[in-house]
Amino acid sequence: MLNYVLSRLLTFVPTFIGVTLISFSFIRALPGDPIMVMAGERGISDERYAELAAQFGYDRPVYVQFWEYLTGVLQGDLGNSFVTKRPVWDEFFALFPATLELSICAMLFALALGLPAGVIAAVNRGKFFDRALMSTALVGYSMPIFWWALLLIIVFSGNLQWTPVSGRIDLLYYFPDPTGFMLIDSIASGQKGAFISAVRHLILPTIVLGTIPLAVIARQTRSAMLEVLGEDYIRTARAKGMSPGRINGIHALRNALIPVITVIGLSVGTLLAGAILTETIFSWPGIGKWMVDSIFRRDYPVVQGGLLLIAVMVMIVNLTVDMLYGVINPKIRKR
Amino acid sequence: MTDATTSQTPVDQDRPGRLREFWFYFSENKGAVIGLWIFVGFAFLAFFGPWIAPHDATEQYRTATLQPPVWQEGGSWKHILGTDPLGRDMLSRLIVGARYSFFVGVIVVSIAATGGIIIGLIAGFSPKWIDSIIMRIMDIVLAFPSLLLALVLVAILGPSLTNAMIAIAIVLQPHYVRLTRASVLSERQKDYVTSARVAGAGIFRLMFITVLPNCLAPIIVQAALSFSTAILDAAALGFLGMGAQPPTPEWGTMLAEAREFILRAWWVVTFPGIAILVTVLAINLMGDGLRDALDPKLKRS
Repeated sequence: MLNYVLSRLLTFVPTFIGVTLISFSFIRALPGDPIMVMAGERGISDERYAELAAQFGYDRPVYVQFWEYLTGVLQGDLGNSFVTKRPVWDEFFALFPATLELSICAMLFALALGLPAGVIAAVNRGKFFDRALMSTALVGYSMPIFWWALLLIIVFSGNLQWTPVSGRIDLLYYFPDPTGFMLIDSIASGQKGAFISAVRHLILPTIVLGTIPLAVIARQTRSAMLEVLGEDYIRTARAKGMSPGRINGIHALRNALIPVITVIGLSVGTLLAGAILTETIFSWPGIGKWMVDSIFRRDYPVVQGGLLLIAVMVMIVNLTVDMLYGVINPKIRKR
Repeated sequence: MTDATTSQTPVDQDRPGRLREFWFYFSENKGAVIGLWIFVGFAFLAFFGPWIAPHDATEQYRTATLQPPVWQEGGSWKHILGTDPLGRDMLSRLIVGARYSFFVGVIVVSIAATGGIIIGLIAGFSPKWIDSIIMRIMDIVLAFPSLLLALVLVAILGPSLTNAMIAIAIVLQPHYVRLTRASVLSERQKDYVTSARVAGAGIFRLMFITVLPNCLAPIIVQAALSFSTAILDAAALGFLGMGAQPPTPEWGTMLAEAREFILRAWWVVTFPGIAILVTVLAINLMGDGLRDALDPKLKRS
């Protein structure tokens, strides 16, 4: 087991350096000189240009710059945003809770509907329920979520006026946000209606972001359940006279969950990609919107740092999933 | 589908009935057949769209801006699905727009699959250290969420449909590499490969003629699935303003242009989205059918 963990950790190092290298090269490949972008329309004198180039280290050889960037990254220094002048690191972690809150809600939504849907479909294999659920899942899987978001806004915000269109909470409420999670902070603030408002803002983004994971989980649960339902121990349980509910709910589902958990872990990247679209549409102040805005503003350090942090996050989650999988399933460790 | 037939045909000559067997399994899946028909219609529109469309896709009828579809009050048969804020005919734009999505799919899949298969074959046949380097590089690309990486690549290359296609192809490529390499590694152990090598087959013959045809089934399935991913991602990039640029009637770009009118004119938002959804759904249905027909391991479920 220890060998397995160590070998997985070892592959992490070159991948990390590679990811750093890619995000480092992007800033140099982007069109436009970063210093000229910073200077804006007024232009800049040659002396000031040289001074700034020296300050940011752009006048040194590229490999020296990369080395300094890498050592900086390892010490938590990702540079400062051109626009706000604040450290990229601070900005990332100020906005991250918003994305995390949305992603967790989306995942819970997907699990709450996807698992039962998959189980019901598997148990009723080939019958009406199975077909109906799996057709719906395929539609969800094929959904252009940016359009789905607009559609939900038309119906629920436009026609029915049930939910707000953008933001995390009504402007009426203002309170400190120690955790950054609006649902927790709004309760902690004790302000009347703040929690309800936060929930109402969260509903549509959650549905939009959760749609594709929901479809994937439902499909995956169904096929994993079908696999497990064919096993001998299920037949034994049935022969013993165990109730179908107990067989399906406990014996089968528990074993079917292993591949499902892997899918959940691996969908972190999907969630983040979905967050880019969802957050842009709902003006949700999270990482996805921050990245898109920075790309449009040509705020290179933010694009570079954000790209790196997101990639590292995906890598850490994948590594954790891999290791958990090794713990659950000893056969994997051997490879 | 085009991919499936082309790769099946050469095999068909020395093993008669293979194509028929494929069609037998494929047509068992009703959804897949429906998906295939929709896809054929989509391909037809992609090729002949401008001749079928009732109006020019960029012609602005200034007297009829934001006209609702024909069945709503104020609609007319002249513009069956209504007009957009600039008075352009929605139906014509949707029909002409089919070709952008179609070519995005075809080109992205061709680039990603060709590149991915070649790199995957190289990885599968090379010494371990080269294999490790290639796979680490693929890991690095896969560590970035695909849409984000595509977005940044387009920001570097400059927003246009061509650059969006290049970016999406780069992002999708590692999946083909992994898939090809995995099948190559398992095929390479088999006796027929050893005997081919003993018989004196060169490395390229081994790669492309002996092993590759036996690895194609999962790759074809992947091609169908990434066709739909490519269409979705290109539409998403268009929606974010980083794909096709107005006035191109690309479906995602049309949605982006329509965004501010969502509460006033539902049709400018609804129809492009339905077009994307139906196309992607049809391709995914087809992909499921292909998987059932080509991949015996998955046939059961």
